[in-house]
Amino acid sequence: MTHKQILLQNIHQPNQHTISGYESRGGYQTIKKVLRMDPAAVIEEVKASGLRGRGGAGFSTGTKWGFVPKNSGKPVYLLNNADESEPGTFKDRVLLERDPHLCIEGMIMAGWALQSNWSAVYIRGEYGYPFTRINEAVKEAYAKGYLGENIFGSGFTHHMVVHRGAGAYICGEETALINSLEGVKGQPRLKPPFPAVVGLYGCPTIVNNTETLAALPFILEHGAKSYTALGTEKSPGTKLFSVSGHVNKPGVYEIELGYPMEKFIYEDCGGIRGGKKLKAVIPGGSSVPVLRADEIKNVTMDYESIRDAGSMLGSGGFIVMDEDTDMVQVAMNVAHFYSHESCGQCTPCREGGHWIEKIFTRIHHGNGLAGDLELVNNVCGQIAGHTICPFGEALAIPAMSFIKKFPEEFKGLIKDSLVGINKKRELMHYEEIMGAH
Amino acid sequence: MEHANALARVDELKKKYPNPRSAVMPALYIAQEIFGHISDEAVTWVSDAMQMPAVQVREVASFYTMYYKKPVGKYHFQICRTVSCTICGMCKLTELLHKKFGVKPGEVSADGMWSYEEVECLGSCGTAPMVQINDIYFEKLDPRKLEEIITKIAQEKPELRYSTLTDQIGAGLAGYAKSEVI
Repeated sequence: MTHKQILLQNIHQPNQHTISGYESRGGYQTIKKVLRMDPAAVIEEVKASGLRGRGGAGFSTGTKWGFVPKNSGKPVYLLNNADESEPGTFKDRVLLERDPHLCIEGMIMAGWALQSNWSAVYIRGEYGYPFTRINEAVKEAYAKGYLGENIFGSGFTHHMVVHRGAGAYICGEETALINSLEGVKGQPRLKPPFPAVVGLYGCPTIVNNTETLAALPFILEHGAKSYTALGTEKSPGTKLFSVSGHVNKPGVYEIELGYPMEKFIYEDCGGIRGGKKLKAVIPGGSSVPVLRADEIKNVTMDYESIRDAGSMLGSGGFIVMDEDTDMVQVAMNVAHFYSHESCGQCTPCREGGHWIEKIFTRIHHGNGLAGDLELVNNVCGQIAGHTICPFGEALAIPAMSFIKKFPEEFKGLIKDSLVGINKKRELMHYEEIMGAH
Repeated sequence: MEHANALARVDELKKKYPNPRSAVMPALYIAQEIFGHISDEAVTWVSDAMQMPAVQVREVASFYTMYYKKPVGKYHFQICRTVSCTICGMCKLTELLHKKFGVKPGEVSADGMWSYEEVECLGSCGTAPMVQINDIYFEKLDPRKLEEIITKIAQEKPELRYSTLTDQIGAGLAGYAKSEVI
């Protein structure tokens, strides 16, 4: 099926990443119109479009912008969160590589709406090639006078910097990103105050995901109604899904929200590799609960339907697993990720993440003990809701979901309850377990 | 390497931000280009260039994995080990590198050319399994393809790094995979 393409429509054009290629397809036209609009009207239009944050939280973009205090006397900053690190997610990378000027035009629009004269693209350090693409595009935009002072004769000044991260998943969390950009460790801040009030250098700051910002040129060109005409009532518009794992055609897909999930897997993505059966899907990046094949029947790909099925749409990192997949190994792998990426600030996350990984690892190696699954659930319950940022939930909720959805796979690897307490103590030593690894 | 140029580049970067302190991350990348890794000497250099206490520079450097705490090979291989790459067979790539380079993860081969490690998700899940070599992604790999890439690198010795100092991607990229994401 062909889907309406708002974000990806030009990515296969070989010169789309250049300013001339972008302009030859109508680029940098809408911004001229936007710069003649009242900034408050731009915010209202974006609110009316129902655009939701595409990084994972799904919060209304226009509402977030509305939190910036009026006339605070402080500069307002706009940050493009391109620190795409959620396992299974690679959609912003496509936009940055193939259509960087779309991101820049969206940022200037957001900059105007927020009356911000300075913005930054915070891109993950590993994205070397996308970095060079967006970096070159910003230089081109400066050379043409589309960034800097008096953009398009409007009197509006907007400067833009491309800032490379250096390998920390947590910097995708908006307050960690702000700390990182300030030149300190990228550890999240307590909220409130929210960044819209107290953000970068203590000034009002809006952090938006790359995909969110890239949707603005369409919304402001064609109006909020054109956007709400797509998708569902509560989840309007299109969304990028990064498809990976055991499908015939992995890649980035732009689909209208509300599209049937099974149809997406079996038709759009070409079905499961090797004619195998579907076992499970992680629909929104590794921070969301896994769904069994029988749980996705009649689920549609939008925020509400996926939530009702017991998971989350998240970043749209769509990981498909076939019938041969070892779910204990996947759970261990995900737990290792969160254990490694915890910023170390909150005890429940720093210590708990490590314990979950230890326990899943010993179960995977056949050394699981009676009570281990209860122990994981107990530890998870101590983490979720007890940390500064949502990383705690991102670590605990998927861990519990693997046990809940695939209990037989875990139980099959756990030794019976007759293992003595001394044996148990002995196995607690991580080094020994890893030695067997 | 002329440190004077590097200092001028740091000053240029500082001016791009509302607060010059934000330039500490690019300054650390520059120091890494000059010194090879974030050694004590590199920390001192950044501390002077940024006029920041060394302890704060060290704190930032220690938080991020891409600032190397010890030397890496001229070609540093980072194998993605997260979910999609794991279920698509990344283990075989690590085994190959272990065999080819004859060292453990995190160690450098005797000639200083090669090192490797497993890292967390690199955002190349649809093109799994994959390896990042310096700043460049090599995607949709299998052991045979990776072996060919190593042979080619050994012969041609291309520059596969983005330089924060010159703001240029390595000139040796011709003929090397850049991105297969779509």
